[in-house]
Amino acid sequence: MNFDFSDDVKVMREEAARFLRDRSPPGIVRRVLDGAAPYDSALWASIAEMGWTAVTIPEEFGGIGLGWEALCVLAEQLGASLAPVPFSSSVYLATEAILAAGTDAQRRELLPLLATGEAIGTFALAEGIGDPAPAMIKAEVRGGRLFGVKSPVPDGGVATDAIVVARNEAGEIGLFRVALAGSGVTRKPLPMIDPSRNHAAIRFDGAAAEPLDTAGQGWALVERLLDRAAILIAFEQVGGAQACLDMARLYSQERYAFGRSIASFQAIKHKLADMFVAIELARAHAYYGAWAIANDTPELPLAAAAARVAATDAYALAAKENIQTHGGMGFTWEMDCHLYYRRAKLLALTLGGPLYWKNRLVAQLDLADAE
Amino acid sequence: MDFDDTPEEAAFRAEARAFLDANTVRKTGRRAFQSLLLDTAAIDRAKAWQAIKADAGFAGITWPTRYGGRGGTPLQQVIYNQEEENYVVPRGVFNQGVGLAIPTLMTYAAPEVTERYARPALRGDQIWCQLFSEPSAGSDLASLRTRAERDGDDWVVNGQKIWTSNAHFSDLGMLVVRTDPDVPKHAGLTFFFIDMKSPGIDIRPLKQISGASNFNEVFFTDVRVPDSQRLGAVGQGWKVAMTTLANERYTIGESEGPDFEDIFALVRELELNGRPAIQHEMVRDRLVDWYIKRQGLKLIRARTLTALSRGNAPGPESSIGKLISAPKLQDIASFGMDLQGMAGAVMGEDAPMNAWFQNALLYAPGKRIAGGTDEIMRNIVAERVLGLPGDVRVDKDIPFNQVPTGRR
Repeated sequence: MNFDFSDDVKVMREEAARFLRDRSPPGIVRRVLDGAAPYDSALWASIAEMGWTAVTIPEEFGGIGLGWEALCVLAEQLGASLAPVPFSSSVYLATEAILAAGTDAQRRELLPLLATGEAIGTFALAEGIGDPAPAMIKAEVRGGRLFGVKSPVPDGGVATDAIVVARNEAGEIGLFRVALAGSGVTRKPLPMIDPSRNHAAIRFDGAAAEPLDTAGQGWALVERLLDRAAILIAFEQVGGAQACLDMARLYSQERYAFGRSIASFQAIKHKLADMFVAIELARAHAYYGAWAIANDTPELPLAAAAARVAATDAYALAAKENIQTHGGMGFTWEMDCHLYYRRAKLLALTLGGPLYWKNRLVAQLDLADAE
Repeated sequence: MDFDDTPEEAAFRAEARAFLDANTVRKTGRRAFQSLLLDTAAIDRAKAWQAIKADAGFAGITWPTRYGGRGGTPLQQVIYNQEEENYVVPRGVFNQGVGLAIPTLMTYAAPEVTERYARPALRGDQIWCQLFSEPSAGSDLASLRTRAERDGDDWVVNGQKIWTSNAHFSDLGMLVVRTDPDVPKHAGLTFFFIDMKSPGIDIRPLKQISGASNFNEVFFTDVRVPDSQRLGAVGQGWKVAMTTLANERYTIGESEGPDFEDIFALVRELELNGRPAIQHEMVRDRLVDWYIKRQGLKLIRARTLTALSRGNAPGPESSIGKLISAPKLQDIASFGMDLQGMAGAVMGEDAPMNAWFQNALLYAPGKRIAGGTDEIMRNIVAERVLGLPGDVRVDKDIPFNQVPTGRR
């Protein structure tokens, strides 16, 4: 039995935690939150310099090929620090899409740029209200030109390249690469529940779009990309939830009421114990996801849905009860509780909300049982 | 990451499997939905199986060899348990002896005393019970009131214990009593082991809300216990009892009874309003929650095993199993009945799965209480894992006989 990260990966996690404590403190998150910049470009440059953007890219394309277990622990630490960078869009989604279905030319051109962080990728799926579903996709490519509106697009205001889910002339769903600096692209920043992460609505009006080699997989490929990203986002969620528990634990020990620390009241102790239980369940499922993604096992869709659901629940609980533990102060702009409360909701809805993932989980269980 | 055994672990697993193949049969497909009650015949079957296990070296896997054990590791114990789960074996009644009592003797008794009791416990010839809880001392065990007073080489015990599993067919008991009521509560306790056939012991079954009796009340009237059966010093009983209970986490497994698999099977069979139950969103929402807990506990156990396999102590995640599984059992039992609509309240053979869910509804409340209530388990997580302060204790520094008591 070897259901834990290797010592090398654990060392990497510690280094990442140290680096982010130093370089992505709440002040950095708040600069983006307050609208001073759409993301922290200096932090992004440092992250890229350390090779975090390159961990899953093979060496022949300028990556370092460390693999997905390493990416999982980086995701956990990025989630814990609320790092205001376009990492998830570029690494979990755009890079994964190119690795999964990019043409040779696209791999040769884009992967080295994604590895160095010079290119920022994103995945443009949503077209308004609703969870991921083929019926949602109205964007279409005619004669190599993309028409439609994608909204919200995570990091849509800062990405250089988008992998867009759209229909071809036969009405089939596929993936298309669009350079966002080109003509026919209009981006409108969107106000978000969590302003520390950039999102935009992007109108495509004849932008040049070049298909990935989706080999007729269409929507199945979209689901596969969402599953893989869900595991990595689950690690961000577990990291964020743990940060909330740590905050609540420290604050409750330092805050006194009725002549004693509030951490000595069972109402608080039991609340924090429940947070711990939810987080450990989520962590266990996320680890299973890490195993599934690193080994590309058939269990991946089930593992991904379970990790996603458990981590979303844990983060929602931890973020709201962290505010509650802080009392009135937790409700102020000045305290950092709301940064996590916001991020918890944002991550719960990116890649599709809880209803989508719960249904997907039961569908996978039904499928597995029928076999 | 992988879920594979190391070569040593694989060899031990093969050995365990060969033993089980040679001595019993594999379980087939579906669950049997058997009653969980024990009768005399069941005890006899359990004893016979225990002897076979002990003789093959699979009963006291972590015990030292001098006491008839294997001298193995906790991980080997877990591997054996995993394998045994796949085979038809009688439900055991030996955890109290093999898991708790004898390890306590190993720590506190002379080796020749331990030797005298170890093999009979290991082979199932002697059954042990635990005489700790009292009507007014449950979560607050240290407030127990059963008295023992010194009389020559003996102690004389008077009082009442409760929630004693298996007392009516036990040979020996672990007993914590108050020997000094004039000092604060933890300081006045002493630990003994006692012959359950001693004159003055009256064992009465306790009828539970289900109507079944898995536990007993045990009354002591001038029961004599030799001082030679004291474990630890006079007044050190709390410390000894904590040693006993520290071993308990190795013996408590997953709750028996309905789990995710059963409710999942039910919703794939049942129709609600002309559609399979599993297609209803309300049903799916509940299923997801229980799958997360069921599978999550399995994965948490895999993490614990990994720590053991690497020679490390299990992390804090290993302490939350009961807090998850007991409420889950109660919720699943209740929802299993809800799914059956107006007929859900029918018990007996006519109910689906031999009234698996209905019966569970009536024993599940006990699972949330026995071995540490949900509330105590949360305190344990908060204090030992998260490092939060202990509760304010108003009885800590005053003599036990001056501690306020209620009417219950």
